Amino acid sequence: MLTDLYIPGDSLLHRARPAWKLAILFLYCTALFVVTHPVVLTLGLLLVALGYGAAGLSPRDAFTAIRPALFVLVIIFAAQLWLAGLSMAVYVTLRLMALLLAAALVTYTTRASEFTEGIMALLSRAPAWVPKDKIALAMSLVWRFIPLIRAQFDEVREAQRARGLERNMLALLVPLVVRTLKTADEVAEAITARSLD
Amino acid sequence: MTTRDITLIALFAALTAVMAVFPPIALPILPVPITAQSLGVMLAGGVLGAKRGGLAILLLLVLVAIGLPLLSGGRGGLSVFFGPTAGFLLGWLVAAFVIGWMTEKYWDGLSFVSATLICVVGGIGVLYAIGIPGISLMAGVPISKAFMGSVTFIPGDIVKALVAAAVMVTVKKSYPIIGQAA
Repeated sequence: MLTDLYIPGDSLLHRARPAWKLAILFLYCTALFVVTHPVVLTLGLLLVALGYGAAGLSPRDAFTAIRPALFVLVIIFAAQLWLAGLSMAVYVTLRLMALLLAAALVTYTTRASEFTEGIMALLSRAPAWVPKDKIALAMSLVWRFIPLIRAQFDEVREAQRARGLERNMLALLVPLVVRTLKTADEVAEAITARSLD
Repeated sequence: MTTRDITLIALFAALTAVMAVFPPIALPILPVPITAQSLGVMLAGGVLGAKRGGLAILLLLVLVAIGLPLLSGGRGGLSVFFGPTAGFLLGWLVAAFVIGWMTEKYWDGLSFVSATLICVVGGIGVLYAIGIPGISLMAGVPISKAFMGSVTFIPGDIVKALVAAAVMVTVKKSYPIIGQAA
C-alpha cells in the first residue's frame, strides 16, 4: 500500500493548516537566500531545531531527511572548499541542510491526505476554465494505479525470471508498458460505461 | 482530454513511480548505479506525446511533493524540491514535454536511431540544461563546476536513452498511442 512520510503527533505544527506551513516554508527559504549573513543562517538553523523539538521529532528523523542528499552535500562542500575556502563551504552546506530540514519538517507533520484535501478545496474555487473534474479524477486514479502497476511489475519480473531475463531492462519494460496501455483502455471504458464522462 | 487521456496520464505517473524499484543497471565502468526512474520520464513523453507525457510527470511530482516516497531510494516529500538537485525534477517535466513534442513531430518515420536522438536531446540535453543551473544556484558553485560534477551520470543516461528508444519503437509497432486522434 501507499504510505506517506508523515510522522504522527499532536503538536502545534501537526495541527497547523498545510497552506500556512507551505507559506512559512517559502518565506523561510527566500529569507535564507536573499540575506546571506551568518547571523540569519544561525537563526534559521535554531528555528528548524526548535521546530523539530516542538513537533516531537528525534535527531534521527532529521538525519533521515538529509541522508539522501548526503553524497551531493559532501561533493558541494569539497567543491566550495576548493573554490572559496572553508568558511564559504561551511556556510553553503549548512544553508542547504537548513532548507532540506525545513522542507522535511513540513512533510513530516502533514499527511498526504491533508494536502490532497487542500488541493481539492483550491480546485473547487478555481475559475471555470480549469478542468477540475479531470484533475480530481487523475489524482484519485493514480492512488489506485501505483499498487496495481507494482503488482503487474512483480508478475512480469516473475515471468522473465523463469526465462532467465529478470535483469534485462527491455524484457521487463516492454511487457509492462504494453500492459499499462491495455489497462488504460479497460479502465477508461469502465469509467465511460458508468457515465462519469 | 478524454477519460482515456486522463487514465493514461495517471497510469504513466504510476509507472514512473514504480520504476524507482526497478533493478538498477550496473555498468562496470561507473561508480554510480543507474536508476531506471528517468527512463520513465523519457517513456512518458515518447509513448504518450507532449501534453499527456508532461502532465503524467507533473502528476508524479505533485504526489512526491505531498509526501509520498516515490522517487528512487525511497526519496520524497517537499525536501527533494529544496535540495541541490531540485532543478533536475523540474527538468523531468520539461524533458517529458520536449521528448513528447519531438516524437509527435517525427512520428511517421520514427526509427530506433531517431528515437534515440530524441531521447538524448530531451532526456539529457534539456534535462541537464535545467538541472545544472539548479545545482549552481543551490550550491553557489559556478555552472562549469556543476557541469563537471554531473558528467559522470551522462554514460548511464545514454544507456537509458537507448533502452527508452527501443521501447518507444516496439510500442509504436504493437500498441501506438500517439498516432491516434488524441
